[in-house]
Amino acid sequence: MLAQQLVNGLMLGSVYALVAVAFTLTMGVLRFLNFSIPGIFMVAGMLIWAMLKGGISLLLAVPAALALGAVLSFAVERLTYPQMRGGNHFIPLVSSMAFLILFENLVLIVWGSDQQRLLLPFDSVSARVGNVVIGVPQLIGLATAVGVVWVLDLVLKRTRIGRGVRSIAEDAETATILGVSVGRVVPVVFLIGGVFTALAGALFALNYQQASPFMGEEVALKGISAMVIGGMGNIWGAILGGLVIGVVETAAIHWFGARTVDIWVYGLLLAILFVRPTGLLTSALGGGGAK
Amino acid sequence: MSGYLEGVLVVLAINIILAYAAFLPIVAGQLNLGVAGFMATGAYVSAYLTNAQGWLPVPSALAAMGATALLALVVAVPILRTRGIYLALATFAFGQVVVAIILNLDVVGGASGYPVRGYLGFPVIATAAAAVFVALYCLFHTRFGISVTAVSDDELVADQMGLSVRWLQTAAFTIGSAVAGLAGALHAHHFSYIEAQYFNVLLSIYVVLYVLLGGTQTIYGPLLGAAVFTLLPELLRGSAEWRYVIFAGLILALMTWRPQGVVTRSLLRRLFEWRRPPAAEAT
Repeated sequence: MLAQQLVNGLMLGSVYALVAVAFTLTMGVLRFLNFSIPGIFMVAGMLIWAMLKGGISLLLAVPAALALGAVLSFAVERLTYPQMRGGNHFIPLVSSMAFLILFENLVLIVWGSDQQRLLLPFDSVSARVGNVVIGVPQLIGLATAVGVVWVLDLVLKRTRIGRGVRSIAEDAETATILGVSVGRVVPVVFLIGGVFTALAGALFALNYQQASPFMGEEVALKGISAMVIGGMGNIWGAILGGLVIGVVETAAIHWFGARTVDIWVYGLLLAILFVRPTGLLTSALGGGGAK
Repeated sequence: MSGYLEGVLVVLAINIILAYAAFLPIVAGQLNLGVAGFMATGAYVSAYLTNAQGWLPVPSALAAMGATALLALVVAVPILRTRGIYLALATFAFGQVVVAIILNLDVVGGASGYPVRGYLGFPVIATAAAAVFVALYCLFHTRFGISVTAVSDDELVADQMGLSVRWLQTAAFTIGSAVAGLAGALHAHHFSYIEAQYFNVLLSIYVVLYVLLGGTQTIYGPLLGAAVFTLLPELLRGSAEWRYVIFAGLILALMTWRPQGVVTRSLLRRLFEWRRPPAAEAT
């Protein structure tokens, strides 16, 4: 029973982890909370639902959702980041929030406000390990989540653009002086963030077989918490934080009931902020959000 | 006055009070994303006092304001140890915990909501909103207000000039939270029914948006921001489902053209230039 709860928690946590990675990228590099992330998450989930309903193959639907996530995130960057320079540092927060309102209401107009049920093109497959039931799609989801973050980690460490991202995270001004083109690196950060968010939205929709115009909000709040618990600006921290929250949530539901989930999850977040505000892992993206 | 108009004006008055609740800490350099949690505290304390203790709504609303201030003062100690985005996230987490605790308190109805005795109508709520505005106007013309403004302009310099930044921030946070508690109590007694889920983080974020959109430099910013946020969707009601899309577009446009918010000090100076001799302009 305990092992089963742990497995369920890790599955849920892998979705939070991907969202947390998206948050931690904009937070670590640009130091702002990107509230458009729940919007992109939801658009990706709804697109998967709509395409599956239209009889389009999953192999086409998932790449389409990822591409749309990247495009939307790029649009958000174009309309928030340039304004940020030299202005009030709350601006991106407001603008990205406006994007969330925009995305949610556009989806409401196109697809309505109902919670939609996903029709999967395959039967639910599950594997049995001892007494523990593991859903195969969920397992693939978790493996994908860890896999893409591993690739991202390599990109950040080994490539030219990755070094650029890390140098801007450390100190944007010095990076500029040393010849890093901030204007070229920042859109890349948003593109990666958009793909991660869309992947999380697609995984969530497929794992839980549901999508709605407001599906992003709750998940994003957990993603933000995961980012902080793991350590802002640290992608492995985001994964760790996501899995911790997933496990805490399923454990709280199991032992104390669904109504108490928020007390445990946000109580943990509050405790971490008071005791160790830099999170469990220290920043790998340089200065992180610790400012 | 038609019922519809009165309904809109009540929401406007409560939103104005909420905007000032978020404005105070923002001026002191803190982003409070837990306004809804303090609003919920005020709403539930006031509702409990009228329902279970038989208080009248006005004294219970004032007591709820005091109770919220006390809660804010207690949590200000650990919360204000954090800074910047960490502080914003700590207030967010705190707001979530408060609402989740209320959701589990069966003495105030838990998840099924809580009917509230003791009705407060538009005149009382409008008076409260006016009182909050006047009180803050006065506050911002005292030494305290000038000091807080100095902290928002440059915390480091303010500290070096001998201002106790920590004390000012605690005061701004506590007073702001008390004002949020008042808004919650008024909400409870006007709508006669409250539920914990209403006081979610999106409410907190919207309130912060009123302030940032209106402008944080002057006392008039939150007033305008709350008015725009409340009235614009109503005015766009004709375009039904597109109204929030248009609304979001307007926010984006506004943030591009007036990143400091609509009302700024220089705007007010230009508007009222004729009233003052040029020498006074330097401030």
